[in-house]
Amino acid sequence: MIYFDHNASTPVRPEVVEAMRECLADVSANPSSLHRGGQRARAVVERAREQVAALLQARPDDVVFTSGGTEGDHAGLIGAAWALESQGRRIAFAALEHHAVHGAAEVLARSGFEVGHLPVLADGWVPPAALDALPADTTVVAVMLANNETGVLQPVAEIARRAHGRGLRLLCDAVQAAGKIPVDFEVLGADYLVVSGHKFGGPKGAGALIVRPGAPFEPLFRGSGHERGRRGGTENVPGIVGLGLAAELAAREQRAEAVRLLALRERFERGLREAVPDLVVHGARAPRLPNTVNASFPGARSDHLLMALDARGIEVSAGAACASGAVEPSPVLAAMRVPRELAVCALRFSMGRTTTEAEAEQVVAAVGEAVRAVRAASAGGGA
Amino acid sequence: MREVYADHAATTRVVPEALAAMVPLLGAAFGNASSAHRRGEAAREVVEQARASVAALLGALPEEIVFTATGSEANNLALKGVLAGLDHGRAHGRRRLVVSAIEHPSVLETARHLESRGFPLTVLPVGTDGVVDLECVGRALGDDVALVSVMWVNNEVGTIQPVREIAALAHAAGALFHCDAVQAAGRVPISVGELGADLLSLAGHKLGGPPGAAALYVRRRLRLVPLVHGGHQERSRRAGTEDLAALAGLGVAAGRAQRRLAADEAARLGALGERLRAGLLAACPRACLNGDAVRRVPVIVNLCFRGVDGEALLHELDREGISVSTGSACSAASPGPSHVLTAMGLPPADAHASVRFSLGEGNDEADIDWILEATPAAVMRLRAMNDPGVRRSA
Ligand SMILES: Cc1ncc(COP(=O)(O)O)c(C=O)c1O
Ligand SMILES: Cc1ncc(COP(=O)(O)O)c(C=O)c1O
Repeated sequence: MIYFDHNASTPVRPEVVEAMRECLADVSANPSSLHRGGQRARAVVERAREQVAALLQARPDDVVFTSGGTEGDHAGLIGAAWALESQGRRIAFAALEHHAVHGAAEVLARSGFEVGHLPVLADGWVPPAALDALPADTTVVAVMLANNETGVLQPVAEIARRAHGRGLRLLCDAVQAAGKIPVDFEVLGADYLVVSGHKFGGPKGAGALIVRPGAPFEPLFRGSGHERGRRGGTENVPGIVGLGLAAELAAREQRAEAVRLLALRERFERGLREAVPDLVVHGARAPRLPNTVNASFPGARSDHLLMALDARGIEVSAGAACASGAVEPSPVLAAMRVPRELAVCALRFSMGRTTTEAEAEQVVAAVGEAVRAVRAASAGGGA
Repeated sequence: MREVYADHAATTRVVPEALAAMVPLLGAAFGNASSAHRRGEAAREVVEQARASVAALLGALPEEIVFTATGSEANNLALKGVLAGLDHGRAHGRRRLVVSAIEHPSVLETARHLESRGFPLTVLPVGTDGVVDLECVGRALGDDVALVSVMWVNNEVGTIQPVREIAALAHAAGALFHCDAVQAAGRVPISVGELGADLLSLAGHKLGGPPGAAALYVRRRLRLVPLVHGGHQERSRRAGTEDLAALAGLGVAAGRAQRRLAADEAARLGALGERLRAGLLAACPRACLNGDAVRRVPVIVNLCFRGVDGEALLHELDREGISVSTGSACSAASPGPSHVLTAMGLPPADAHASVRFSLGEGNDEADIDWILEATPAAVMRLRAMNDPGVRRSA
């Protein structure tokens, strides 16, 4: 099986598995306990906090551990919106944000918050100037760093400047960027930053929300003072250990890995163009993550392509993993005004640390075959 | 040195079976449980198997189990999820929340927060025995009550609350009943049907599973607004990529807990707890038990050693290899006296002089021998150091 779906989830790194296994076997106390066992668990958690902070150029004190990106997006958006409620009850973001942000907005909408929308350009990014048009009672905007479907990088630093110029707070979902490209909390300037371990070689069930000092925040889960009162609940110590180690390894390797993947992706994309000359790469003119290619193969529907590739031992995704199975065009591509008949023919290829050049070549060959086969079947009335 | 872990109410050790189930999942399967890939299928199977075991432990249906990351999240979801559903209806007259004064902070703080958002709150007092008084419950239950939340077993003193009676009173008054069973699950047999709970919380790391996996039972057809939304995981009641390994660990631990309850393992541990309690009360002058002597789980023994600083005793015992906690163990971040002991009427000095021993799987007679040997000596040393005649005369 060739795994080209690293944006859905990455294989957990063997070092991380080993560290978690050891932690599960050896560190069995509650980090809140005052005895030595508890202190050992506490030390392990705090070391991971430093590792995560170092990956993101943040301060350890600003790191709040979560159960992943979905919780992080909720805690950040809902926590900021409620904390700023006296100034307004409106938030805003673009259609290309992850489901998690849309979901958090729905939770807020139920409590009477208004949800405003930011536009998306055809290249797949949010124009910073759009912030100037937001209604005055807007308090929080969410803009992701890298889109999960297209890999397009958003101009977050510029958006943060504009947001702060207007007194708005910015949540940045960096789930797809963290560990793949250098992410600097200071340079980005966001007030809240969200990352998730399983997108960069860490475990599922562990992520972090970075909260800038002074940024208004209300906890999503209340409890007994964990995470400096920002997230109630006993810490997932083995998960946090895995997240921390994955962060440390990524911090060490991400630059070289990004260079390697970029070269690999360029070759891969060229190969695809040769195999299927009429393909359309989405977000091709925008800066993108080095590992992601989202392309449509006109006349070959994504669900058929998925099956054809699966039969050839290749795992890719049609749009976001969370949306697979559905034939509806992805909201991200729709926001980029990709015509419907093209959007339903899109596949997302996402490479990662384990991807080799040989694999990329095999995928190119298989895609060529699959597209021809699907097109032939469709022409024959099979669709 | 002998290592005696007597802090099972803070967290239990991951049992070997759960660990064995988790290890292969830490690395091998990396498909997203919601994706259509083959690995996704296998992942879904892991999740559903865990759901079935948790459901079986509670006498619930699998579809009534919503997985969360922590017990605190389950409690937050129960309270906010029910009240947010009412808020949606607006016209509804029932908005009041009723909780006991000795609930875990994840219930109590959530309730206070909801109060600040316009949901009136009644906090039920407890007697000096650490048990909620049913008459108070009856009086609190007007026709404006939406939800009553009372824990089954208190985490600090181990008292068992009359939850079945409270559930019946709540239902008679037209309110829903939530039970925080985080300390009860695995210690006492639970049947949500017999109990009459509409919602019930448990946490894996308190019953031999790992941290990172917990669950909320939500009675079928009960309307619950999700706190974490935006994916179709958990039937849209809790979004987020599942932590497969932790869920598998929880499932195995739940199955095992159920078997051990059936095999009367609780009786063995209970006898150890009784020996611990009687032994310490006999050997330590002026020590007394916090909480009712009968209506409690015997494995949680919270003792007040007057004239001794509980935290100093904790560290003294730690040096002897014995892990315990102070009354306020769960909230190392909040240095005030335990809200539970305070609600039971203990003066701050006595609350600060209290220590919790909590037993679990793995403890044996020799552990109790060592606790009974080391503790009275430590108490005496500390009392001598403290010179109570001078320092505690006020
Ligand atoms: C951009 C983005 N945000 C948030 C998430 C959710 O993260 P998690 O899977 O850790 O809940 C994902 C993962 O699918 C994502 O791609
Ligand atoms: C009675 C009770 N409820 C809830 C919790 C919270 O569980 P968790 O720490 O998993 O969030 C605890 C444990 O600390 C508890 O003892």
